[in-house]
Amino acid sequence: MTHVLKIEDLHVNVGEKPILRGVNLTINHGETHALMGPNGSGKSTLGLAIMGHPGYDVTGGKISLDGKDVLAMEPDERAREGIFMAFQRPMAIPGVKMADFLRHATTNVRRPDRKEGEELIPMREFRKELKEKMSHLRMDVEFARRYVNDGFSGGEMKRAEILQLAMLQPKFALLDETDSGLDADAVRLASESIAEIGQGKMGLLIITHHDKLLEHNPPEFTHVMLGGRLVETGGRELADELHENGYDRIRNAYPDAEAANQEMLAEEAAI
Amino acid sequence: MTQTTLTNFDQAGFDAFIESRDEPDWLLAMRREAWQHGSAMRWPERRHEEWIRTDIRAFQIGKYSVPAGPDQGESTVADREQVHQLLQDVELAGRIETVDSKVVGENLDEAAAQRGVVFGSLSRLCKTHPDLVRKHLFTAFDPDEDKFAALHAAFWSGGQILYVPRGVVLERPVHIGSILSEGGTDTTHTLIILEDGAEATVLHESNGASTSASGLHLGAVELIQKPGSHLRYVNLQEWGHKTYNFAQQKASVDRDATLQWTLAAMGSMLSKVNQTVDLVGPGANSQVNGVMFTEARQHIAYHTLQHHKAPGCRSDFLYKAAQQDKSRTVWRGMIKVDKDAQKTDGYQRNDNLVLSNTSRADSIPGLEIEADDVRCTHGSTTAKVDEEQIFYARCRGFTRKEATRMIVSGFFQQIFDRISIESVREALAAAIARQVREYE
Repeated sequence: MTHVLKIEDLHVNVGEKPILRGVNLTINHGETHALMGPNGSGKSTLGLAIMGHPGYDVTGGKISLDGKDVLAMEPDERAREGIFMAFQRPMAIPGVKMADFLRHATTNVRRPDRKEGEELIPMREFRKELKEKMSHLRMDVEFARRYVNDGFSGGEMKRAEILQLAMLQPKFALLDETDSGLDADAVRLASESIAEIGQGKMGLLIITHHDKLLEHNPPEFTHVMLGGRLVETGGRELADELHENGYDRIRNAYPDAEAANQEMLAEEAAI
Repeated sequence: MTQTTLTNFDQAGFDAFIESRDEPDWLLAMRREAWQHGSAMRWPERRHEEWIRTDIRAFQIGKYSVPAGPDQGESTVADREQVHQLLQDVELAGRIETVDSKVVGENLDEAAAQRGVVFGSLSRLCKTHPDLVRKHLFTAFDPDEDKFAALHAAFWSGGQILYVPRGVVLERPVHIGSILSEGGTDTTHTLIILEDGAEATVLHESNGASTSASGLHLGAVELIQKPGSHLRYVNLQEWGHKTYNFAQQKASVDRDATLQWTLAAMGSMLSKVNQTVDLVGPGANSQVNGVMFTEARQHIAYHTLQHHKAPGCRSDFLYKAAQQDKSRTVWRGMIKVDKDAQKTDGYQRNDNLVLSNTSRADSIPGLEIEADDVRCTHGSTTAKVDEEQIFYARCRGFTRKEATRMIVSGFFQQIFDRISIESVREALAAAIARQVREYE
């Protein structure tokens, strides 16, 4: 059976403010989707709503994974079901080593029925796997001993997110600007790594402003978000067009969505 | 079997207590003087700066009895080995154990004894080594400090002593265990003396027979370090959560000596601890690693003083505290630098992680500097667990409880990173993990 992540008419508010206004999106396992759109259009909100961020209030619609109601699940249950998000701004957890964090995370995700306090995957076995994955990502072993995202540079944080993707092997991965804040070499390394880890092996939803990431991870589908809706869906050529020409055509073609987008930006600026 | 008579903290009680002890005159004289002073002293009042934040109006000493009679006794607590937490994976040079201030077991490695190490019941050693005890007892602090200190000096019983002679290195730690049974009283006095160049590690834990046990600890710790000595002293306080805990804990560190003092305050209903390190000889170096973790309505107050009396000394005090439920911690720290203590390097810091909307952390750092060529820094932070951190961890498969646990232990990790004894790091981490609640 092919895994399917299905989003139907999703409406999400932050407080009283509507951000997503009816998003429809179906991702099959093995597919790569690009999610593009101007700032403030709701791309990150979609990711956070899929993961179940408590600050994002789903006011309508459905999310399902292989027919299971994702919205009824706690964020950690979603992770155990195989949904992953690489954060645009990952949180630091001082005092917790990357290796310990990942060992616990990997155990929970691989053994979704594990109860709190039950054994973690054996240290030796875990270390071996972590070491292999890190060397693949050209990460220094020292990295595993550092505290989670604590004092990491922007680039280190993104690589740490990719390492987590590699270890957790989710069914679906939402990558929220995993290429931003990186220099050209780092973007290439990140793009190659994601292609190697994810392409064809999971359903990928890639949120990006750059073309490098999509060059290595050519999307079968490109979605354009504006004002909290997916206004257009196309193939790879749509991504290329937007990189080339920007969003003017889209803004002109969908004046209602553009108005909503402007409104959201204005409210954001007012906060 | 020894008959244990119970006496109260009053004149009749003191007389009966003295009567029941077979002690040398010099010691009885010390007790009488302390009682004379102590009984005349008023109880601390809330208007005193030191007691503004610590309310003891509900404390009634009349509810507690002094265990009179000899210090040797029988244990009323059956599963003592389960109570202790610092015994895992350590090979000891010696052990002493008390229950309600009665010594219920003591031993010292023969090889250590042959090298002149003295360890065991303080009362016993007052008789066998009077000169040694008399020379040091109540020299690190003044029993006249307050009424609790004076009462302790009058009524102490079931204490412990460790004496390490000049140049002797005690490789393996010694363990001191004090247990309070339900409603019991512990007035143990801990006296540790390291002569020139001596080295030792002391694991000292205080436990309630159960987590909820009531009781009273009226205690004191004196750490006396001669030049060039090295002491690692670990103090895990897990009294039952209905226990009052009043303690004076003082160290005197002489020239080029080093002290690493690790403390974890997790137990008691109300604690008021005065912790002082006096740096009395040039080049003395002290590090304090403090962990406080409270729950329910616990109140734990630490008043710390790092007193630089000699030049070129270093003090580095770090306290990390987390508060859950309706609990509260008070940390009031002071770096005091005397006029002659030039080239002092003093540091103090208190970080708090407030885990509920109804818990509270009071953090009051302070400096009193009379020398003009010193480096003294202090800091204090108070924060809540960040919901974004929890969400991030949950997106990686951690339950809310697991995420909170991880964040709390991460918070304390900075302290653990400073502790050089692995078994202690593990015991403290386990103690913290046991106490973390689930948060909504």
